[in-house]
Amino acid sequence: MLDASEGYTTEDGRKIGGVVMEMKNITLRFGGVVAIKDISFDIRQGEIRAIIGPNGAGKSSMLNVISGFYHPQEGEVWYQGARRPQMKPYEVARQGIARTFQNIALFEGMTVLDNVMTGRIRQMKAGLLSQAIWKGKAEREETLNREVVEKVIDFLEIQHIRKTPVGRLPYGLKKRVELARALAAEPSILLLDEPMAGMNVEEKEDMSRFILDVNDEFGTTIALIEHDMGVVMDLSDRVVVMDYGKKIGDGTPDEVRRNQDVIDAYLGVAHD
Amino acid sequence: MPDQLIFGMEVVLNGLMAGVLYALVALGFVLIYKASGIFNYAQGVMALFAAMTLVGMMEGRVPFSHLINAIFGTEIHHFGWHLPGLLAILLTMVIMVVLAWIVNQLIFRHLVNQEPIILFMATIGLAYFLEGFGDMMWGSDIKKLDVGLPQGINDWIDATTFEIMGYGFFIDNLDIVATGVAALLVIALVAFAQYSKQGRAMRAVADDHQAALSVGISLNFIWVMVWSLAGFVALVAGIMWGTKSGVQFSLSLIALKALPVLMLGGFTSIPGAIVGGLIIGVGEKLFEFAIGPMVGGATENWFAYVLALIFLVFRPQGLFGEKIIERV
Repeated sequence: MLDASEGYTTEDGRKIGGVVMEMKNITLRFGGVVAIKDISFDIRQGEIRAIIGPNGAGKSSMLNVISGFYHPQEGEVWYQGARRPQMKPYEVARQGIARTFQNIALFEGMTVLDNVMTGRIRQMKAGLLSQAIWKGKAEREETLNREVVEKVIDFLEIQHIRKTPVGRLPYGLKKRVELARALAAEPSILLLDEPMAGMNVEEKEDMSRFILDVNDEFGTTIALIEHDMGVVMDLSDRVVVMDYGKKIGDGTPDEVRRNQDVIDAYLGVAHD
Repeated sequence: MPDQLIFGMEVVLNGLMAGVLYALVALGFVLIYKASGIFNYAQGVMALFAAMTLVGMMEGRVPFSHLINAIFGTEIHHFGWHLPGLLAILLTMVIMVVLAWIVNQLIFRHLVNQEPIILFMATIGLAYFLEGFGDMMWGSDIKKLDVGLPQGINDWIDATTFEIMGYGFFIDNLDIVATGVAALLVIALVAFAQYSKQGRAMRAVADDHQAALSVGISLNFIWVMVWSLAGFVALVAGIMWGTKSGVQFSLSLIALKALPVLMLGGFTSIPGAIVGGLIIGVGEKLFEFAIGPMVGGATENWFAYVLALIFLVFRPQGLFGEKIIERV
């Protein structure tokens, strides 16, 4: 088992740090439907944490709880060592939790560059007046922000479409732009909601590589949702498995793969 | 030079000036529409309300004095002070921001994700409310507004053109000021929308609420900001129109003239609002000048709408509007 306070070392030798985020006994209901039932797990500094499960297991609900779009009826969210009060999504974002969406939420009318720049809003502090006069702080800030943005754009290999309005891009590239925008925020946790959904094999491989590279290069903590087991197992350090709103497994990919409940959930089990 | 041509030139110039004033009103519409997808029917009334408040501030009128007097049997009308124009403008702007906040808090934050037609109906309601509220607050008499803008014929242009062509052009000083103000306003608004953090956030909110939230933008803040901006543009338009023709109910009707301007320029383009305004301004003056006498005049009342109708048939997105692309 893992030590609660210390980190651990992955198979490929990466050092994983302490707990960044902890979900404690989260229960989320929509009217009579229980989407999430008493789930606890943690996310550690620098790891790639996956939440998997069949359709309707409550994975997206869980991500929405983390990013503040849903508010659980019971349970606590602990972030960076403190209990997080109920927050609006934009407040959560300002705390350094960036996310992407299952069905892509980009600013279609804006260029790729502008889209990625919006990711920096959290870091922009200069007031309206100093922006208007474009002096000192505002200018330094803009330069710094542009540097980060260009680095991210370079990293995700979308330089060639910098000035293209996002609405014109194909699906796979849009997904990448969304990742770029989230990354530009230099988040302490990056939440990816089905980053590989709807992609062909080649695009999936590209996306997997980018996720690994992001984690490797920037040390970004990543929590992702996926229902494609194969992809997740290769990618992640630890996996939470959900089914019908309950947690049925939690551990390294190998541990999870051997878990009987998980196998039942995915392959089905004979009821007698 | 033949007289007709010279006279025509003067008409075009005056048309351009009138067009600038139309564009000022249209700008307010474009701002709100771009940022929130709401077609704000109340924009004209906001201009009226802003102008009324400005006059009331300057003259030191007691707000709701009629109401107060009727209830308590008192006879108070004035505080007995006069504020300088600039201070009154600043105070009025504060009131417009408060109004923006109230409008967002009481109406539009509850209508998020509703159909555009519902939002539109809400702004009609807002228009009627604000109209009555303004009258109740400041009285419905025709008020004179003078914040110290120059008015009357520009002697220099008159003299110069007389020297060159033997015919002095009549250009109103106020129109020249309005042109300068409109130009400044447009440059400032475009720069704001394109380059400032808040402007980028505004465009982001207009595009996708969910995505905007996820990068840390507060929707309510942006909406209040946008309504405040619209209030600011309304104030500028109110000052110009109010100085020109007095602060009275008909001021709110100029908003109707902004509609054809928007159809020409496109609902989503700030430069479009300006160009649209100029085309309407010049078009209706020239039309009246050239064709008017043949059909018995008064073409200015309908020319703009007919032009807009023609545009709707051939180019529904307007000159500068975002192209309507449907992906199938």
